[in-house]
Amino acid sequence: MRPSNRALLLLVLAAIGFALTFVDAARLRVAGAARVAETAALVEQLGLTDPVLFTEARYTRHLSQADLQSAFQDHPVALEHFPSGSLVPPPAGILQAYEHLDRKTASPD
Amino acid sequence: MNIWIEKQRHLIDFTLASLARRKGKNLGLLFIYALLVFVLASVSLYTHALRTEAQKVLAGSPEIVLQRLVAGRHDLIPPGYIEKIGRIRGVQKKEGRLWGYYYDSVVKANYTFMAPRGLQINRGEIIVGPALERSRGIAAGNGISFRSYSGELHTFIVADVLSQNSELVSADLVLMHEEDFRAFFKYPQGHYTDIALSVANPQEIKNVALKLMDALPDSRPILRDEVLRTYASIFDWREGIMLALLSAAILAFGIFAWEKAAGLSAEEKREIGILKAIGWETGDVIKMKFWEGLLISLTAFLCGYVAAYLHVFHLNANLFEAVLQGWAVLYPSFTLTPHIDGLQIATLFFFTVFPYTAAVLVPIWRAATTDPDTVMRG
Repeated sequence: MRPSNRALLLLVLAAIGFALTFVDAARLRVAGAARVAETAALVEQLGLTDPVLFTEARYTRHLSQADLQSAFQDHPVALEHFPSGSLVPPPAGILQAYEHLDRKTASPD
Repeated sequence: MNIWIEKQRHLIDFTLASLARRKGKNLGLLFIYALLVFVLASVSLYTHALRTEAQKVLAGSPEIVLQRLVAGRHDLIPPGYIEKIGRIRGVQKKEGRLWGYYYDSVVKANYTFMAPRGLQINRGEIIVGPALERSRGIAAGNGISFRSYSGELHTFIVADVLSQNSELVSADLVLMHEEDFRAFFKYPQGHYTDIALSVANPQEIKNVALKLMDALPDSRPILRDEVLRTYASIFDWREGIMLALLSAAILAFGIFAWEKAAGLSAEEKREIGILKAIGWETGDVIKMKFWEGLLISLTAFLCGYVAAYLHVFHLNANLFEAVLQGWAVLYPSFTLTPHIDGLQIATLFFFTVFPYTAAVLVPIWRAATTDPDTVMRG
């Protein structure tokens, strides 16, 4: 077989693999719909607010319920020391509120 | 048309023969390139699927959760606090929630204890999450003891284990009867952790939150919309490790492309000189190198992407486990439903395939437009 044919065959196979990922994704979405619905139903039944992504620190376990200080309140001048704290930002709503307060000062202190 | 195709095939034949002369270097290049695409595509697929899944499953979380703050810290809801809310138009239901954290020194893991209102659990029994079942090796019907913070040993019977299908939200849960919860944590009667409010009309949620803040100035309402936004922006490329990973990858790719663009090896220059001397046109040389860049970058992109897809959706993204687990002992093992963002993949394709192909062409164009004799001698 000519080298160009071999290379093109390899590319075509890789492209088929690429296309198959979308087919597989559609198949898994259909297969996983019941699982997602079951999880959503449990969230509603128990009144849960957060997915279990990190269990090491309470402010990353319930990220949406945390505040800006919780990462630093173990003792005075405490540093945030859980690895997951560097992976996720603070909750969306509270960050905006703090930015707003920060910009309320018209003149520099 | 056929002549054109045949010409391109000959050019590809020649390109592959040329690549085969530096087999080790080019295979290494292909591997590193595919690895770079694999890492970036894995992060992209994982974060997008996780964000989409979180949005879907959290759609039914409470419309408003009301926390009470004392000196900037989350504090318990005292008796009479719920009554202070009074009747606010639009609020269908308001109920105190009881939940907290427990550190299990046996396996050094943190659990979330909860006394849910929406589930009937008998006294002395608990329902546990699937990760807890794995870490403590328990099953329905087994007994398990937890030493409470006051030092007393409390024994519970595991009535049931929550389905693994819902592990994304339930991995570390321990559900128990309200009285057991209060006895275990010595939670004073009438106190709650926070308050969940149901608001029927989504347009009313903000107004209700404002009224709550008026009625209870020491409270902090957390809206469902904020919860959803928190998880919509989780693992954002501008934050934390994503930025570190992305900047390292971009830097590596930059060095990689720069090395290509900055100059050709003496061997490559000689090859171009010989080709020009035996009658190849500048256009042919450029086309040959274009095929080289395209074949390498396209193969690397397709292989890297397919490997990333298999890693994230068929191997549960196990290479990320060490990073995501941190110091936690309990690690949820959940399957993500594939939600592929076409734009993200197109962006990844654009930023990996095009720069490399272009970077290959620039020095070739410079070498191919100069005199063959100078190129061969230089």
